[in-house]
Amino acid sequence: MLDHAKESVPGARFLAPGHNFGSITDKISGIITGRAPFSWFIGFLIGFSILQLLLVSLTYLVFKGTGIWGVNNPVGWGFAIINFVWWIGIGHAGTLISAILLLFRQQWRTSINRAAEAMTVFAVGCAAVFPIFHTGRPWLAAYWLFPYPNTMALWPNFRSPLIWDVFAVSTYATVSIVFWYIGLIPDLATMRDRAKSPVVRRLYGLFSLGWRGSAVHWQRYETASLLLAGLSTPLVLSVHTVVSFDFAVSVIPGWHATIFPPYFVAGAVYAGFAMVLTLLIPMRAIYGLHDFITERHINNMAKVTLVTGLIVFYGYCMEAFFGWYSANEFEAYMILNRMQGPYAPYYWALIFCNGVVPQLLWSHKVRTSVLPLFAVCMAVNVGMWLERFVIVVTSLHRDYLPGSWGMYYPTVWDWSTFIGTMGLFLTLFYLFIRVLPLISIFEIRALTPAAHAKGDTHHG
Amino acid sequence: MAEIDQPAALYGLMAEFTDATDLTRAATTVYADGYRQIDAFTPAPVHGLAEAMGYDDRRVQKFTFTGGLLGMIGGFGLCYWTMAIDYPLNIGGRPLNSWPAFIIPTFETTILLAALLTAGSMLVLNGLPQLYHPVFNVGAFRATASSTGFFLCIESTDPKFDLARTRALLEGLHPKAISEVDA
Repeated sequence: MLDHAKESVPGARFLAPGHNFGSITDKISGIITGRAPFSWFIGFLIGFSILQLLLVSLTYLVFKGTGIWGVNNPVGWGFAIINFVWWIGIGHAGTLISAILLLFRQQWRTSINRAAEAMTVFAVGCAAVFPIFHTGRPWLAAYWLFPYPNTMALWPNFRSPLIWDVFAVSTYATVSIVFWYIGLIPDLATMRDRAKSPVVRRLYGLFSLGWRGSAVHWQRYETASLLLAGLSTPLVLSVHTVVSFDFAVSVIPGWHATIFPPYFVAGAVYAGFAMVLTLLIPMRAIYGLHDFITERHINNMAKVTLVTGLIVFYGYCMEAFFGWYSANEFEAYMILNRMQGPYAPYYWALIFCNGVVPQLLWSHKVRTSVLPLFAVCMAVNVGMWLERFVIVVTSLHRDYLPGSWGMYYPTVWDWSTFIGTMGLFLTLFYLFIRVLPLISIFEIRALTPAAHAKGDTHHG
Repeated sequence: MAEIDQPAALYGLMAEFTDATDLTRAATTVYADGYRQIDAFTPAPVHGLAEAMGYDDRRVQKFTFTGGLLGMIGGFGLCYWTMAIDYPLNIGGRPLNSWPAFIIPTFETTILLAALLTAGSMLVLNGLPQLYHPVFNVGAFRATASSTGFFLCIESTDPKFDLARTRALLEGLHPKAISEVDA
């Protein structure tokens, strides 16, 4: 009987045996309805404290202007774009897991997609802080960035990669939130029905929109989910492609390269999967979610990290190769300057974090033991930040004219803003864990035999 | 006028089943018996259940396509109109309609409108948000419909609905329980 169930339900092997609708619902909704573990308060407190650093930094920035940052001529972008690209890239794994793996019918995505999508939404929010505040007067950002009829009869320039970026990122943020929210509706209904306090029940009831699990609703719901996944798939690939156009469409040595779009997309997925693992490994241990996030899940995520990491490393090798093969003195100097110039330690740290350390993931033992894997992921998180630093700073600080060369040093406000966004992210993520089911309950239910009508082979 | 004499209006009859197999079998039987105002309720999507009751709605797809089309025309129209007509800038004699550069905003607005219309049409066609629905008047439904319960409801508006005969039909399907749903 059990064998039959396992055969007929392809996703069952991604769930520890012995679970039914009731146990799944109790376990996952219990994280919210039960008492928060002590570590939750500690984590939230740390995140919330760091968030204050962001608020102070941004207030001071608005008060004084962007001069408090280390950006200068020639390095006009600095931390703002480095951190923007880093955060946006992290978001990509969430969409990859929720959309692309859904289209490919990878059922192991089920237990990680909710948390990964939350990560996407929060990471995009953190990313948005940088360009908006880099404008110096964020209350005017809407007028500079979005096309609307204004009294000066001016329009943004649609031939500019920066306006492409505005369209790509704002569409990405909107669609990610819509997709995440649509996915939450049935689980919000579960929380509504399990809430004890009338206020909480009403709140969940309001956001669940009166969901009642009707078969007719499920039919349209599943159609809409698949269509949203289908739309998100090209969207997520386009976002980092467009981000890379910010660089590739310019004529700066080290930026003007056709390899940028695929190399950036792979880097984004790589950084994102490392961040998903960074978040899920502790979360799984704290909440005892080993039945849902099994060794198989961790192993698969580590494999994706390894593969995309190899693509990224190939990108680094190609950059060096192009520097030589182009026979262009500026391109050649750019790569030599990266390796031997004033920022060489950053470059070699990047190669170590993104090129050398991930090779450990070839070992099955590393992929399935959480502590070494967590360490590798932290190296990747740092490495991907270094990558953006190296791309942005080393290309800008020494371009064509030696007379206009310069150095870039981040100030204490650069660092406090960057670290502050981590506080924003942690705060949002800890609140998410506390108020929304961090694993999609209804999708896990669908992995059990009870959700499948027997003798229904023509639909499977 | 006749309704006034009745103590409480009846929305329908609801039967509870143990799993998707029993529920789908029951839904198929009820549909074959000629009932059309029927609905099933499950805590997770069950493939083939809506189809077993004769529901096959493909309007969401059409809204997605319409949204994509509107987004595409609107996005390109915006770029073309602002760059070539309303605010033309002659940059070294290059064409004003520099369409390859407009592809990216056009692509993004296509996706945006398609996604918004997909999600929006799914909710509107499902009649959501809905603040009140009679099925929640059943205690067992309120307690378990979003966690463990599988329910089938035959509405009293169905022309074939007859309290005694419909109840007998449902009882023949061996449900866990049958309850009357107050409107």
